[in-house]
Amino acid sequence: MLDKIKDFASEFFVTGDPLIYGADVAIALTIIAVVSVLTYFKKWRWLWREWLTTVDHKRIGIMYVIASLLMLFRGGVDALLMRTQLAIPNNEFLSPEHYNAIFTTHGVIMILFMAMPLMFGLFNLVVPLQLGARDVAFPFLNALSFWLFFWGAMLFNMSFVIGGSPDAGWLSYPPLSELSHSPGVGQDFYIWGIQISGIGSLATGINFIVTILKMRAPGMKLMKMPMFCWSVLSSCLTIIMAFPILTVTLALLFLDRYLGAHFFTLDGGGNPMMYINLIWMWGHPEVYIVVLPAFGIFSEIVATFSRKRLFGYGSMVFALMCIAVLSFTTWAHHFFTMGSGADVNAFFALTTMLIAIPTGVKVFNWLFTMYRGRITFKTPMLWTMGFIPCFVVGGMTGVMLSVAPADFQFHNSYFLIAHFHQVLIGGVAFGYFAGLYYWWPKVFGFKLNERLGRWAFWLWNIGFYVCFMPQYALGLMGMTRRVNTYGWDTGWWELNFVSTIGGFLMGIGFLFQVWQILHSIKFMERDTTGDPWGGRTLEWSIPSPAPHYNFATTPVVNSADAWWEEKLRREREAASAGKREWLEAQDWRANAELTPQAPNLDATRPSQDPGAGATQASMSDAPPAPQAPLPGLPLEPIHMPRNSGIPFVMSLCWFTAGFGFVFDWLWIAIPGLAGVAACMLVHSFRYKTDYYIPVDEIRRTEAAAGRVV
Amino acid sequence: MNNRTRGFRRFAAALPLAAMTVLLSGCMDKFAVLDPKGVVGKQQLDLIVITTLLCAVIIVPVLIMTFVIAWRYRHRPDSKAEYRPNWAHSPKLEIIWWTIPIVIIAILATVTVRYTYKLEPSRPLAADAKPIVIQVTSLDWKWLFQYPEQNIATVNYVAFPENVPVQFELTSDAPMNSFWIPQLGGQIYTMSGMAMKLHLMADEPGTYMGSGANFSGKDFAKMRFDARAMTRAEFDQWVQNVRAAAPPLTQAGYDELAEPGTMPEQDYSSFPEGLFERTVTKYIKGGSGHGHHHGGSDADAAGSDTGAMTEMHHH
Repeated sequence: MLDKIKDFASEFFVTGDPLIYGADVAIALTIIAVVSVLTYFKKWRWLWREWLTTVDHKRIGIMYVIASLLMLFRGGVDALLMRTQLAIPNNEFLSPEHYNAIFTTHGVIMILFMAMPLMFGLFNLVVPLQLGARDVAFPFLNALSFWLFFWGAMLFNMSFVIGGSPDAGWLSYPPLSELSHSPGVGQDFYIWGIQISGIGSLATGINFIVTILKMRAPGMKLMKMPMFCWSVLSSCLTIIMAFPILTVTLALLFLDRYLGAHFFTLDGGGNPMMYINLIWMWGHPEVYIVVLPAFGIFSEIVATFSRKRLFGYGSMVFALMCIAVLSFTTWAHHFFTMGSGADVNAFFALTTMLIAIPTGVKVFNWLFTMYRGRITFKTPMLWTMGFIPCFVVGGMTGVMLSVAPADFQFHNSYFLIAHFHQVLIGGVAFGYFAGLYYWWPKVFGFKLNERLGRWAFWLWNIGFYVCFMPQYALGLMGMTRRVNTYGWDTGWWELNFVSTIGGFLMGIGFLFQVWQILHSIKFMERDTTGDPWGGRTLEWSIPSPAPHYNFATTPVVNSADAWWEEKLRREREAASAGKREWLEAQDWRANAELTPQAPNLDATRPSQDPGAGATQASMSDAPPAPQAPLPGLPLEPIHMPRNSGIPFVMSLCWFTAGFGFVFDWLWIAIPGLAGVAACMLVHSFRYKTDYYIPVDEIRRTEAAAGRVV
Repeated sequence: MNNRTRGFRRFAAALPLAAMTVLLSGCMDKFAVLDPKGVVGKQQLDLIVITTLLCAVIIVPVLIMTFVIAWRYRHRPDSKAEYRPNWAHSPKLEIIWWTIPIVIIAILATVTVRYTYKLEPSRPLAADAKPIVIQVTSLDWKWLFQYPEQNIATVNYVAFPENVPVQFELTSDAPMNSFWIPQLGGQIYTMSGMAMKLHLMADEPGTYMGSGANFSGKDFAKMRFDARAMTRAEFDQWVQNVRAAAPPLTQAGYDELAEPGTMPEQDYSSFPEGLFERTVTKYIKGGSGHGHHHGGSDADAAGSDTGAMTEMHHH
C-alpha cells in the first residue's frame, strides 16, 4: 500500500531536481504565509467581498496587473536560468529535459500569462475612464474573463511541480507534442491552461469592442476618441478573429491526445503541417494583438509629455487598422523553410514587408508630435524614448527576416530570437511599463518615485542591448535556438557570456521596479489633483483614485483631447474675467517638479491668447487645477452592477475539469464540467444584478475628494 | 533628470556595442552566414546585404531624427525652440512618409520575389559537374546520410566533392527537424512521410558546421554534424575506404539507430536497399509505395529522381 502511494507520488510530483524541490518549499511557504496573514487580520470576508466577487473594472484591472507582474517574475526567472545555462559551453547547470521545459514555459508565460493580462489590465484601468463611461459593457463577463485567466494560468503554472511541465516549445508542434513523443501530462497541462485562459481573452475582446462602440460619452465621436482606445479597438477586433483559431487548434490536438484522433499525427492520415499553419494563423495576429495597444499607449504619452496634439490622428487610426487586417495575411513567414514552394513564400514575404509601412508611418507621426512640442522626460516618456530606437531596429531585422530566401539562413537561429525579443521587449514590454507608470497615479493616487524609475529604465534599456545584440551575431554564427548547450569549438561562448550579463542587468532593473513600487507606496506624496501629468484626456478630469462610479456626471465632449481643451477654456475664462488672483490662489498641490501647463501659444490662433490683464508669464506659471468635473449631463442616481461570486466559482470549476482531464481522472473532470453548467444555470436565474447610488452619496464622495458637483 | 545625463547614458549604452564590434572583428571567420563557401550561401548573403542597405535608408534618418528632435525640443525655461501645440496635421509630410517606405518596400519586394524563385531549395543548381545525390534522415538525435550512388552510409557527418552540386533528399524518422549547413546555404525542414529537396554546392574543400535547426526533443542540441567538402580524388578515395573497412548497416542496425539516443560519427559500407524510400512511405496505408514529394514549382525539369518516387505533388 505504501509502495503504491510512493509510486503514485513519484509520478504525480516532479522529482529528482533540487531546483524543483526548492520551488516546492517556496510555494508551500508562500501559501502558508498568505493564509496566515488573511486569517490573522480577519480579511477573508474582505477578500471575498472586495476582490474575488468584484465586477468593478478598476479592481479587475488591478488584479490583472498584479497577476501579470508575478508572471513576469516567473518568466524572468526562467530566462535567467536559461541564460545561466548558456553562459559557458558544456554547462551542466540544467539537464536537457529541464532546459527544454524552461524555454517552453518561458515562452508561454511571457506571451500568454504576462503580456496578455498586463494588456487586459491596462484596458480595464483606462478605457472606460477615457471614454467617460462608468464601466465596461459587460461587467460580469469582465470578471469572468479575469478568473478564467487566473485559473487557467494556475493550471499551467502548477505543472512544474505536479505532473511535469510541457517541454515541446511554446507552440507545441506535433509530432513532438503528440502522445507518441510527449506521453507525459505536461502537454495536457499546456492545452488546458491555455484553452481555459483563452476563453477569457475572447470574452474580453468582445467586451471592449462593445464598450468602445456603444459607451462613449455624448459628443465623443469615434474620430474624437483617444488614440489608446482606437488601439484597443483594433486589438480587440483582432482578438475576436484570431482566438477562435487557437481554441479549435488546441481542441484538435486534445482530441488527438485524448481520443486517439489523427488530425496532426504521422499515421492515420494526419498532417503536422496543418497544425503549424493553424497555430501560426493565430500566433501571428497574437503578437499584433499585444503590440497595438502598446502603440496606443505611446501615442497618449508622447502627446501628453510633448504638451502637443498627437500628429496625424487620421493617419494613425488608418495605420492601426491596416496593421490589424494585414496581420492575418502573414502567418506563413514563420515557416518559410517548411517547403511550401516559391509561389507561397513569395506571397507571404510580400505581405510581411507590407506591414512595415503603416508601422513606420506611426513612428514618423510620434516623432512629429514631439517636433515643435515641449518635451519633459518623466518616466513614462523615458520608456517611450527607449522604445523608439529599439523597436525601429527590431522592425528592420523583421524586414530582413521577411525576405524569404534570406530567411533560410535566419530561421530558428539566434538572429530570429534577437528579433522577436527586440520587438516584444522594446515594443510590448516597454510600452506596458510606460503605461503602468503613466496611469499608476490615476489608479492608486500617487506617482511612482522618479529616481528609482530612472534607474529601472536604464538598467532595462542597457541590459536589453547587452543581452540581445550579441544574439544577432550568434545567429549569424550559426547558433540555433533551443539548444541547451554548445561546445567550445563553436566559438560562441564569449557572446553568450556577454548576453547573460545583459539578462541579469534586466533582472536587476526588475528588482528596482519592485523596490520602486514598495518605496512609493510608503513615501510618495498623495496626488489630490487627479491630474499629475497635465493630461489631455477624460480620465484626468476625475479624482485619483477614481471613485467607484468613475464620473459623478457623464461628461459631454465636443473635441478630441477633451480635458486639455476644457482646461484651456477655463484658463481663458478666468483670465478674461481678470481673475488672476483666483488662478494664483488655486489649491495647487501638484508635484513641484511639474512643468507649467503651457497655455496655447500657437501663433496661428490669436483668439486663444489670454485676455487683457494677464501677462504671458503669469499664465504659464499658473497651473490650472480645476476641482470641478467637465460640464455634462445633470446629476442623478448612478446605475451600477452588483458583485457576483459566479465568475470565481465557475472558473474554479473549469480549473477542476481541466485538472481532471490532464490526469484522465474523469471522477474529477466530470464534476468540474457539471459545476460549470451549474454556475451558468444559477447565473441565468440571477435577477438582482444592479443597484443605484443615490445622489447624496455621490455628492459626499466627490466632496471627500475635494470636488464640487 | 536633465538631458546631459540622458545623452551621456545613451552613449554609455552604445559604447559596449561599439566595443563588441571592434573586439569581435577578429572572429569574422566564425560568422558562417557572412562567410559563405558555396554558391547558394553567397547569393543569400548578397540578398542580406541589399536588404540591410535598403532598410538603413529609412532607419538611419529615423534614429538621427529621434535624437535630434528629443534634444532640440526638450523643455527648458530659456528654450528658443518653436512651440506649436496645435500643429497636428500636414498632408505634405504624410505623403512623404507614406511614399518613401512604399517605394523602399516595392524595391525590396521585387528583389525578394526574384530571389525567392532563384533560390528555391528544390531547384537544381547550374553546374558543369553531374550532381551527387545524398539522402538525409533526421533521427532522434542523430543524422543518417545515405549515398545511393556509392551505396555507403554515414552517421553525424556527410562528405561530398567540391564544386559538385549536392542534391539532398531529406526525410525524418523522428519529430520534425531542420537540416542546416550555414556556410553553404539555407536550411530545409525534414519531416516524416515526405521527401524534401535541397541543393547546395561547396566552392572549396573544407569542414563546415552543420546542425539540426528545429527542436525535436531531449538531446536536440547534440544534432550537430560536419559537412566535409573534399577534392574529387579525396572523395573517391574516402568512398573506397569506407566500402572496404566499415561494417554494413543492416535493417536491425537501422532500427537501433532509430531508437532515441545519441552517437558519435560512424561509417557503413552498405545499407539496406530502398531504406530511404521505405522510411518516406512508412505511414502510407497499404504500402503501395508512392510517397508525397514536396518541392517548388520548378523542381523537376532537370532534377534527378530516386527510383521509387512514382507520384509527385506540386505546391
